[in-house]
Amino acid sequence: MHDSSFPWLSLLILGAVHGINPAMGWLFAVGRGLQLRDRRAVWRALGPLAVGHALAIVVAVLLALALGRVIPGRWLRWAVAAALIATGIDGLLRHRHVSLGGMRVGARELATWSFLMASAHGAGLMVLPFVLGAASGGMAAMPHHDHAMPVLAAGLSIDPLGITAPLVHTAGYLAVTAALAVVVYERVGLGILRRAWINVNALWAGALIVSGLLTAVL
Amino acid sequence: MPRMLPDPTFYPSPKLAGDAPAESLAYVALLTPGDNGKKDALGVVDTDPESPDYGTLVGKLELPQGGNELHHFGWNACSSHLCAYAPNPHMARRFLVLPGTNSSRIHIVDTEPDPRKPRLAKVIEGEEVIAKTGYAFPHTVHCGPDGIYLNALGGKNGEGPGGIFMLDHETFEVRGAWELDRGPQYLAYDFWWHLGHDVMLTSEWGTPNMVRNGAIPEQLLAGKYGNAIHVWDLRRRKHLQKLALDADQQMVLELRPAHDPRRSYGFVGVVVSTKDLSSAIWMWMHNDATGQWETRKVIEIPAQPADPELLPPFLQGFKAVPPFITDINLSLDDRFLYVSCWGTGELRQYDVRDPLEPKLTATLEIGGIVKRTGHPKTGARALNGGPQMVEVSRDGRRVYLTNALYSPWDAQFYPDGIRGWMARIDAAPGGGMSFDPQFLVEFEDGLRPHQVRLQGGDASSDSFCYAD
Repeated sequence: MHDSSFPWLSLLILGAVHGINPAMGWLFAVGRGLQLRDRRAVWRALGPLAVGHALAIVVAVLLALALGRVIPGRWLRWAVAAALIATGIDGLLRHRHVSLGGMRVGARELATWSFLMASAHGAGLMVLPFVLGAASGGMAAMPHHDHAMPVLAAGLSIDPLGITAPLVHTAGYLAVTAALAVVVYERVGLGILRRAWINVNALWAGALIVSGLLTAVL
Repeated sequence: MPRMLPDPTFYPSPKLAGDAPAESLAYVALLTPGDNGKKDALGVVDTDPESPDYGTLVGKLELPQGGNELHHFGWNACSSHLCAYAPNPHMARRFLVLPGTNSSRIHIVDTEPDPRKPRLAKVIEGEEVIAKTGYAFPHTVHCGPDGIYLNALGGKNGEGPGGIFMLDHETFEVRGAWELDRGPQYLAYDFWWHLGHDVMLTSEWGTPNMVRNGAIPEQLLAGKYGNAIHVWDLRRRKHLQKLALDADQQMVLELRPAHDPRRSYGFVGVVVSTKDLSSAIWMWMHNDATGQWETRKVIEIPAQPADPELLPPFLQGFKAVPPFITDINLSLDDRFLYVSCWGTGELRQYDVRDPLEPKLTATLEIGGIVKRTGHPKTGARALNGGPQMVEVSRDGRRVYLTNALYSPWDAQFYPDGIRGWMARIDAAPGGGMSFDPQFLVEFEDGLRPHQVRLQGGDASSDSFCYAD
C-alpha cells in the first residue's frame, strides 16, 4: 500500500456524512436518552452504534477483498459498480426497514440494528470504490495488472485496508453521531427534525448510483 | 416522488403535536345499514370556522358497494414514521385505509391532490385479505413505524381467533397474519400500542358470529363476550399476558394508551356489566416492581332507570337504560378522557392527570335511547342515536362526535332507525365542554356516520416514540 494513495480524508468525510443522517443512529441515541430521562443513555448508545456501523464496513471490505483473490480486478470493479447501482436504484424505489426493531434495545441489539441499517443503506458498498482505488494504487507499480496474479498479490498486500478503512470511516461517523446526539438532546430538541431532516435517502441513492457508474468507467 | 422534508403533519412527540394548527377538514366513514341500495362513502366535512362551508358536508367519495359496514379507518403514515428504529419520515400522510367489517374489503383512498375530493386508489377484495391472512372482518387501522397494522374480528367462518395483520405502507400489499405466538387470545376488537415500551395491547368484543346479527342476549348473560385485554411483545409478536377483568364485565372495546411514550398505562372502555348494566372504564398499567401488567376499574357509570314503554325490546325487561360506553378518546396531553355513553346519550369528560383517580369535569347530553336530547342548532327537535365515535383535535380544543354504532346493533337499540349526525364540541383548556351551536351535520337518510379522522391527524391517529 502506498501511504499517499490511502484515501483517509474521503473515508472520514464519508463516515461523517453517514453520521449526519438521523436514520443512521444519532436519533436512536437521543430517543434512548429521552425515554429514560438520562443523558448517560445517549452516551451509552454511541458505542454500540459505532460498532455496528464499523462491522458493516468491515464485512463489505473483507468480502470485496476476498472476492478480489478469486476473480480478476476488473470483474471485481464491475461487481462493485453493479452492486452500488442496484442498491441506489432500490433505495430510490423502496424504503427498506430493519425488521424486529423496537425502542427498548440493549447494546447488542443496537449494534445489530446499526449494522443492518448501515448495510441496507449500502454504507459498506460506498467505501469499496475508495478501497479498490487504494488497492489498484498499490498495484500500479506491478506489471500485467489485468492478470489474476497481481490482483491476488495486491489482495495480500492491502489487507490492512480491511481494518484501517473501516476504522477511519467509523471515526468520522462516530464524531458526527456523538456531536449531533448530544447537541440535539441537550439543546436543540427533536422539533429540529421537522425542519431539517432532509431526505438524504434520495441524495444517498443518487450518490450510490453515481459512484457505481464512476467505478465502472474509471 | 419522495418528499425532501418530513411530512409537516408528523411530530416527534405528543407535546409538539399539540401545537399543530387546527384541522380544516374532517373525514367521516358513511355506511349503509345493511343493503339499502345506497353505496358506502367517505364524507368530507368542512371544519374551518372561517370557511363559508363550515359545518357542512363538502365532499363525498362513493365506494363501489354498499353494505361493507365501514367502521374504523386510518392513515397510511403518521408521526410514528419519525421513530428511530424504522425511520421513514419522507412518506406523505396521504392515503386513508378503510376496511369493511362486513365485506372484509379494504379500500385505499387518496386524499390528494384535492383533499376535498378524495379518490379511490385501490380496493383489496375480501377474498384476498382472507387468503393472505386467514383473518376476516377487519376492524381497526393504525399506522406503525414499519407498516400499516390492522386487526380483524375473526376468521372467514365467523369464529375466532381474531388477530392482527399488516399492509405494506408503500404498496398496500397484504403481508399476512402478525402473531408468532398468540397464547390464549381468541377474541378481538381493538388494538394499539406503547411504542416506547415495545408493547401492543388488544381487546375483546366477540367473534363475528356473536356480533354480526346483533347482540345475543343469552350469550351476554352467560358472559360469553370478551372480558379481557391482552398484552403483547410488539417486537417479537408474542403474547405476554392476559388481563382478565371482573367476570361481569362484557365487551372490552376501545384501547387508549397514554400518548407520552414514557408512560405505561392506558384506558379501555367496557360496554356493560351483566350484574347491573353499568359501564366502566378500566385502566391498565405496568407494575415496574413486579414487571407485570395490572388492571383496575377507575370509572363506573350506572344504568338509569327507565319506563319500559320507552325502551327497545332488548332492554324492556331490565327497566333501565345502560350507558353503553362504546368509544373513548384521550387528548394528546393525556389530560382529558372523553367517554361516549351511547345508551344514555351522554358525552363525559374526565380529568385523568391522575389516571387512578379520574375526575368528572363536564357532561353533555345529546340523543340517547330514552332522552332523545336535541342540539342547540335543532332546538326542541329530538335526535336519536347517541354520542358514539368521539375524536379529539391535536390541540385538545375541539371534539367531534358521531352517533351510529354498528348497523345490526343500531337496529336493536334504536329500532326507529338512526338518523346520522355529526356534532362539534368546544373543549375549554382547563376542562368543560359546550356544543358549537353552528356545527351539526345531519346526513342523508340511509347513510350513517361512524369514525371521524381529522385532516393532518387527531388524538387517535398518531403514535409517538419521543416524549419531548
